[in-house]
Amino acid sequence: MRLSRTACIGQALSFLLLLVILAVAAPRTAAADEASDDPWPDLQTAIFADRQIADGSSFMHLEAPARAADAAVVPLEIKFDPAQMPGLTVKTITLVIDKNPAPVAAVFHLAAVMPDPSIGTRIRVNEYTNIHAVAEMTDGKLYMAKVFVKAAGGCSAPAVKTPAEAVAHLGEMKLKLPPDATAGQARRAQLMIRHPNFSGMQMDQVTRYYIPAKFIEAIDITYDGKPLMSVEGNISLSENPFIEFSLKPDQAGEMSVTARDSDGAVFKKAWPVPASS
Amino acid sequence: MILLAGIWLGATAAAADDSALTVTEIAPGIFVHQGVHAEATPENLGGIANIGFIIGDDSIAVIDTGGSLREGKALLAAIRQISPLPVRYVINTHFHPDHIFGNGAFAASHPEVIAHANLPRSLAARAGDYLASARSAMGQSFLGTEIPNPKRLVGKTDDIDLGHRRLHLTAFPPAHTDADLTVYDEKTGTIFAGDLLFMERIPSIDGSVLGWLKAIDKLRRVKAQRVVPGHGPVSAPWPAALDDEERYLFVIATETRKALANGESLRQATATVGQSERPNWQLFDAYNERNVTAAYTELEWEE
Ligand SMILES: [Zn+2]
Repeated sequence: MRLSRTACIGQALSFLLLLVILAVAAPRTAAADEASDDPWPDLQTAIFADRQIADGSSFMHLEAPARAADAAVVPLEIKFDPAQMPGLTVKTITLVIDKNPAPVAAVFHLAAVMPDPSIGTRIRVNEYTNIHAVAEMTDGKLYMAKVFVKAAGGCSAPAVKTPAEAVAHLGEMKLKLPPDATAGQARRAQLMIRHPNFSGMQMDQVTRYYIPAKFIEAIDITYDGKPLMSVEGNISLSENPFIEFSLKPDQAGEMSVTARDSDGAVFKKAWPVPASS
Repeated sequence: MILLAGIWLGATAAAADDSALTVTEIAPGIFVHQGVHAEATPENLGGIANIGFIIGDDSIAVIDTGGSLREGKALLAAIRQISPLPVRYVINTHFHPDHIFGNGAFAASHPEVIAHANLPRSLAARAGDYLASARSAMGQSFLGTEIPNPKRLVGKTDDIDLGHRRLHLTAFPPAHTDADLTVYDEKTGTIFAGDLLFMERIPSIDGSVLGWLKAIDKLRRVKAQRVVPGHGPVSAPWPAALDDEERYLFVIATETRKALANGESLRQATATVGQSERPNWQLFDAYNERNVTAAYTELEWEE
């Protein structure tokens, strides 16, 4: 695994700094070895500094298959139960895959108009790991939930089964809305973006092939020009990034998405959203 | 010190293991070794795929070399018990480790190493993972294995001549993988399908489920007498041998489309799609959900 981890780390430039911080913090005594296998304490400090994080398990939880069939495409849902969190409104959700080379897989910034903060996505999982979701509320408090996933090899797994297709369709987007939404009800929207989300790889000594990292790093979603959600992503999101979120349009309007990748390429698309019937 | 000991042990083990693979002559001059239906282990040397060779009047072509340098060497030993002719060609039917990791055993005779034009790039993207997981699965048995470096690349078709014996090579668009290559022996009407054909062992989709179904349509038009599947018996009747695999892939594609139309999530689909096929395949539980994931993420882009 070391070789592939190194390949990923080498390319995950935006997280290099974080890893350096962790590496510096690494020296430990033999007695602490067992506990030191858990990267979370160091990650928490690196990402959230000394802020308190409360247990959010009474109103938030993570759903993922206990054993993933394909480590490169692990479906994950961050679910909230609004009935159990009166007075709390989610502002951002930070998704951390503890043992991935780029542990912070995504940060979701939610607008207040979002009716339900539950988010679905697909991630790469490099080895057996805990996954943490940390929700920051509008009052500044942090809450977290976690899940353990058995999967291995997703980060360094080849990003694409059919590279020629991926290039031909780069940046295409698709929005799925359930057709049977009733008026006034929140609807679950699925956004899909065609992008290899290459994790990058080292120069291969034999074949001389080199694929630089190239991934979606920002997604902005608006409804009738008003922000709905923005997402910071990286190579820990699967090929063809997938985001499921909720929407409660008062009236017919236009959903608009702008995505930017690490090469600076920008992809835009808009869809008319009919009023709920 | 530890490193040195490791190398020394490996050399000893390799030297002690020059026993020849068991091969069957399935048609005049065509020999195949049958892989076992299991994952790679130190005992099976990664020998889980069917591999073989064809002997012409002047030279020999090896078609897939096995899952480790040691399996490749055992294949070479089997060849040497049968013929002294030079191995002039090593043909890789695709980039999966169980088919290519024996290439190094044939380096001494400087064969032309042949593969689909997409193979170098796709293998480069996967090589690090393949080496790491094969090492952890096979340990000492895997020592000395290297990534092959094919120089003769096939974009569409190619022919090679072994001396009064012409082999016709065909490169396919993405199907089992994006680098599938078949070998057809004109003399006996035998087709080496590589992993475009799985029998008994569940197919694994690492390319495109729709592309694979199209590849099967195309394969059916080949006038052959028999086929050597990538996994399964050493030889099977043509084209009936394709039936089970085609049915499985059709079920996966059809049920996945139905799940998508019903708004089922990826997680829901992996739990239900293809379950009727469970009794028909070995290693079903190890690969079916993964196949459904591949089909779902391909078909969700259909209009
Ligand atoms: Zn294969």
